[in-house]
Amino acid sequence: MNKRSTTIYWTGFSVILALLIVAPLVLSEFWSRFLTEILIWGLLAMSSDILIGYTGMVSFGHSAFFGLGMYGAAAALLMVRPPNLWLAIVYGLIGSAGIALFVAYFSTRLRDIYFAITTLIFSQIFYVIIFTWTDLTGGENGLTFSRPALGIPGLFSVPFSSETLHWFVLAVVTASYLILRRITQSPFGMVLQSIRENEGRTRAIGYAVERYKIVAVMLSGLFAGLAGVLYAIQNRFAAPDFVYFLVSGETVIFNVMGGIGTLVGPIVGAAFFLLLRETFSRFFTEFYLIPVGAIFIAMVIFMPQGLLGFMRRWLNQ
Amino acid sequence: MTPVLEFLQAIPYDQILIQTVNGIVTGMILALIASGLTLIFGIMDVVNFAHGELFMFGAYMGVVVLAATGSFWLALLLATLIVALIGAALQITTLRPLIGRDPLTTILATFGISLVMQNYALWQFGPVARKIQEPFTGQFTLFYLEYPWYRVLIAGLSAAIIGAFWLFLKYGTYGIWIRATTQDRVMAEAMGIPVSWVYTTVFAIGAGMAAASGVLFGPLVGVNHAMGLDWVLKAFIVVVVGGMGNLGGSIAASIFISLLEAYASIWVSPAQAVIVSFVVLILTLLFRPTGLFVPTPK
Repeated sequence: MNKRSTTIYWTGFSVILALLIVAPLVLSEFWSRFLTEILIWGLLAMSSDILIGYTGMVSFGHSAFFGLGMYGAAAALLMVRPPNLWLAIVYGLIGSAGIALFVAYFSTRLRDIYFAITTLIFSQIFYVIIFTWTDLTGGENGLTFSRPALGIPGLFSVPFSSETLHWFVLAVVTASYLILRRITQSPFGMVLQSIRENEGRTRAIGYAVERYKIVAVMLSGLFAGLAGVLYAIQNRFAAPDFVYFLVSGETVIFNVMGGIGTLVGPIVGAAFFLLLRETFSRFFTEFYLIPVGAIFIAMVIFMPQGLLGFMRRWLNQ
Repeated sequence: MTPVLEFLQAIPYDQILIQTVNGIVTGMILALIASGLTLIFGIMDVVNFAHGELFMFGAYMGVVVLAATGSFWLALLLATLIVALIGAALQITTLRPLIGRDPLTTILATFGISLVMQNYALWQFGPVARKIQEPFTGQFTLFYLEYPWYRVLIAGLSAAIIGAFWLFLKYGTYGIWIRATTQDRVMAEAMGIPVSWVYTTVFAIGAGMAAASGVLFGPLVGVNHAMGLDWVLKAFIVVVVGGMGNLGGSIAASIFISLLEAYASIWVSPAQAVIVSFVVLILTLLFRPTGLFVPTPK
């Protein structure tokens, strides 16, 4: 990146960040909650972009990582008294990282659709386990818990209001974005992109492709778990529905709608999808997926670069 | 020797036999669904996520036609034809533009189709499960159970449909076109075979077979909008275990996996028995990625 585009990038970044910080003060309760939700789903979509966009592996199993993050947070909030926010995050990350290691070990030996199907099947395994192990997970009803307070042990502790929750989520998502951006631009990220471009050649140069893929899946699973923890804290429940593969499908939809391989694109995609859902829910009630699905199919056919790629090309003209 | 004898005596032989029959019946239904799926994959490189929804649509068409005409066999025939036409229309509008792109984009497109179809069914027919009346209700005695003849008939009919289809592929002119396209797309095109119409036909046939199994399976469970999801997952497993694009392999795998699940459900709940087939899939992918029933791994 040359100096001018770097300046433009950081200016744009600060403006959008400033807008997102001010948003809950200006918007109504409903829309600011909506914005928080977009950020959480955006984080989930961004985490899967590491696989889809940078390593070239389409994961249909991100719901497992997201769900395990949720249940990990639930475990921390239900078992430890008083409920502690940071412990919830740690538990959630441990849960999703453990699952991610397990899934990664097996699934990274396979490529393309086989990888997609394996991750899908793994997420269904965890779904069945969580759904049927009623004693531990609450089964179909899931688990409910109270929201922990925002605080640093020994310094201060305040209960979450909708504004502070938004800022907390924003801080986590922004930090994750910066970390992921740094990772994708690091030598490690470059290896991932070379795996996407030509796996055989990357192996021939001497990179241990399998190991890189395992780390990529774990990294992706870790951030998906973080999104799960945030969602659990926002909604105060964990339910098996979020481990079901439709959530993974939606994650892929976010990526394709926004534009893969851009990190920002998936967040845009999540925002676009949730806005579409909101709009069409007014006319179609719970059948909003009929028009949204049709739009998605049209985008797969006519706009494979996603909204962001489309916009970029349009600006270049 | 006593522990071995005790173990042998503890095996519930009658249950195992009943579950064997059950497993073969569901296996044949599954084979009917999976052979369409594997055909579509083998010929078009399309991973059809919407296959379960075509199955579900077939069952609903069966309900509608049965209510209108009162004849089960007419319902079976018409539902198959209608869904085959729907399949052809879907292929022309959404999959034809994707020919030549990454096979992964077809997963996305068909996933979109499945969302639309599933919600359309929910909208049109509501959340309450519908029932298809079985064409006849005879039973025979199997140990302590009255086993319905209809289930046996399903297995026979599925086998007949698959057999007819195999004969068509082997000896019919259009069947030969289809096989030629599988072997070498470019050469087939050069020989004057209209490859894009072969694709459409194959998708329509696959859709029709899924619909037929939907109607046949309808009387055993209720027909509802979410019934496709379980089956499409199972069919995926079968297609991978049997070897992608391998018709014989997927039939063998259907029966193998259904039997395993049937036996597992003697000891655990049916919801947990699904895990058995998941594990089979993962083991297959790890040790025989080209499929269990392929003679020589490539």
